[in-house]
Amino acid sequence: MNEDIKTFTISVYTENNIGLLNRISAIFQRRHINIESLTTSRSEIDGVNRFVIVVNITETNAKKIVKQIEKQVEAIRAYYHTDDETIFTESCMFKIKSSLLFDEPQIQNIIKESDTRIVTVNREFFVLEKSGRRHEIEALRRDLNVFGIMQFVRSGRIAVTKDEMKVTEVLTAFNNQ
Amino acid sequence: MKTQTADKTKEVANKTEHITGSEAVIKSLIAEGVDVLYGYPGGAIMPVYDELFKFQDQIHHVLTRHEQGAAHAAQGYARISGKVGVAMATSGPGATNLITGIADAQIDSTPLVCITGQVASHLLGSDAFQETDIVGISTPVTKWNCQVTKASEIPAALAKAFYIARSGRPGPVLVDITKDAQISELDFKYEKCVGVRSYKPIPKTNPDSVKAAAELINNAKKPFIVWGQGVILGEAEAELKTVIEKSGVPAAWTILGASALPTSHPLNVGMVGMHGNYAPNKLTNECDVLIAIGMRFDDRVTGDLNTYAKQAKVIHFDIDPAEIDKNVKTDIAVLGNSKESLAMLAEVLNENSHDSWLQKFKDLYKIEYEKVIKDDIEPTKEGLTMGEVLKQINIESEGKAAIVSDVGQHQMIACRYADFNVTKSNITSGGLGTMGFALPAAIGAKMAAPEREVVAIIGDGGYQMNIQELGTIFQTKAAVKIVVLNNEFLGMVRQWQQLFFDKRYASTEMTNPDFVTIAKGYHIQAKRVEKREDLAEAVKEMMASKESYFLEVCVEKEDNVFPMVPSGASVSDIRLS
Repeated sequence: MNEDIKTFTISVYTENNIGLLNRISAIFQRRHINIESLTTSRSEIDGVNRFVIVVNITETNAKKIVKQIEKQVEAIRAYYHTDDETIFTESCMFKIKSSLLFDEPQIQNIIKESDTRIVTVNREFFVLEKSGRRHEIEALRRDLNVFGIMQFVRSGRIAVTKDEMKVTEVLTAFNNQ
Repeated sequence: MKTQTADKTKEVANKTEHITGSEAVIKSLIAEGVDVLYGYPGGAIMPVYDELFKFQDQIHHVLTRHEQGAAHAAQGYARISGKVGVAMATSGPGATNLITGIADAQIDSTPLVCITGQVASHLLGSDAFQETDIVGISTPVTKWNCQVTKASEIPAALAKAFYIARSGRPGPVLVDITKDAQISELDFKYEKCVGVRSYKPIPKTNPDSVKAAAELINNAKKPFIVWGQGVILGEAEAELKTVIEKSGVPAAWTILGASALPTSHPLNVGMVGMHGNYAPNKLTNECDVLIAIGMRFDDRVTGDLNTYAKQAKVIHFDIDPAEIDKNVKTDIAVLGNSKESLAMLAEVLNENSHDSWLQKFKDLYKIEYEKVIKDDIEPTKEGLTMGEVLKQINIESEGKAAIVSDVGQHQMIACRYADFNVTKSNITSGGLGTMGFALPAAIGAKMAAPEREVVAIIGDGGYQMNIQELGTIFQTKAAVKIVVLNNEFLGMVRQWQQLFFDKRYASTEMTNPDFVTIAKGYHIQAKRVEKREDLAEAVKEMMASKESYFLEVCVEKEDNVFPMVPSGASVSDIRLS
């Protein structure tokens, strides 16, 4: 049976230990799964980190991946979610020549219409920042590209789920086992 | 990382003392009950070896001739004792030489703690002499690993390492210790680790899933059990026997499950897999309920997954949730330790028998016997067969020897024909298929069970991959019996070349040295057998020896191992010739 490939956001709550990133990324590497984006940060729980990993795979593979991740000694709990089950966003920054801000009035329109924020302006360049869905960021990039972009960078996805993730309860259970 | 420690630790140094990191390593090992470790010294681990010298009355260090040998010896020790095997090496090449053994232990769920020396912490990342990122290198093949850069971290790291290695589904761990951490001092107090937050080694068995499994088995017309090493690791041999006898279900084993139930048991229907028995392979695709116990549906067992047991309801008992639905879709999953879950199952199973279904296994066995087994163990043609050597070993050992096999044709023959009447009798490299495994593993096995006869069955190819360990045997006087079945070929590859590559024997023929002279060079008794009439006496002499003994048997050059499920074929398409 051929299953559809979908975008899944895999969230992993982990101990904050050196080397865990290697262990988790190796799980994807072994299965020849390309990671679309990966973000790590502290989570809502003290001393617990959270990975947000975006991959395009089948749901069967997502289930297997989550089990393999949870098998790692220092992974507390892993989840997979579809886009519909999460609220997610990405951030990006553009560095553009300052002269364009004054010479190309269209740029100012683009900034206004796309809800983009000017982070800083100096004699040489100005910096724009925007958060949003990937397609919004890509549209902005296309629009600005015609004027010339000195630097562009985009973050990985960050996401929270619509449903509660009961990690605190999992941790309590671990502590009491 | 938060770890939990035992309130009371027996035989553990629980008073604080000011010592070096190296002494902390040794005292931690003693606290964990380690009495033997295998290793090879070098610059970055020398402080620990220096301490070991002082504690040699408490810990026996075995100097193998190669770090790979140390890892395999520790595996052999662990597999037969059920305890954690320990291997130690220096940094760089010493550490990387352990990797094959670590990878082997990972895929075969063998508990190992490997300790490696590392360059001083201020040199890390500078490409210092003998520096490798062994934590990075070993990450994909360890259950857990860590690097210790401070002496004060040593006791907790080792306590955690032993706990993780032995608990739940066992596996190898690696602790890398920088040289400055070995030399500097700490206030040492050892507390055994009894839990790690985020790590739940044994999932709770759900009684409802056990009941559901029992109901399916009780109502089945053609149920079939396949058990694996999970039974041995869980020490659930008695519970397995009770389940099989009460339910009357025919039961077969994977290569690592061998010996959990005696070969002679009437419901033991043989080995599954690529070179397993005809009946259990064939009838996998006829059973109505397939009960998998502590096995992981390896591709060597299942063949083509698209045709594997599609007609059957599948029940899977396993300690590792990640195994459920990994390869074969399961109808009922029973998580937990096999000892507990099988005991629970036995309670709710009906007394039953499946005589006509069992008869089908017997009928197919007769076919296999006539077409394959008879010629293997009672040959009439001139050349010696591997099967008849195993038959003689069975006779002399009464099926009680621990058989340590290498990888290749002889391994399949050993697993097929050795009588396993005692549990933990089949020590072999299953998942990784590591040639060179058997000779060092036999040393570890013999040290773990000196009262048992340990017979290593090795091919001429694998023997030469770690032949240097004859030196370890000579030095330690480990009384292992070494049988090399010499067909002057890399036999299994040659068999595939014959069957699937039009007999193009590319680089598989071996011109071998005089193995007997080499063994004698290491002061090991040695004999070569070339004729059938000399075989029985030679095996008898070997088994009667109180010391190590090398026996080379020159077998048929181009014998094949059958039955065989060709790679990627359905298990129903198992070939008898």
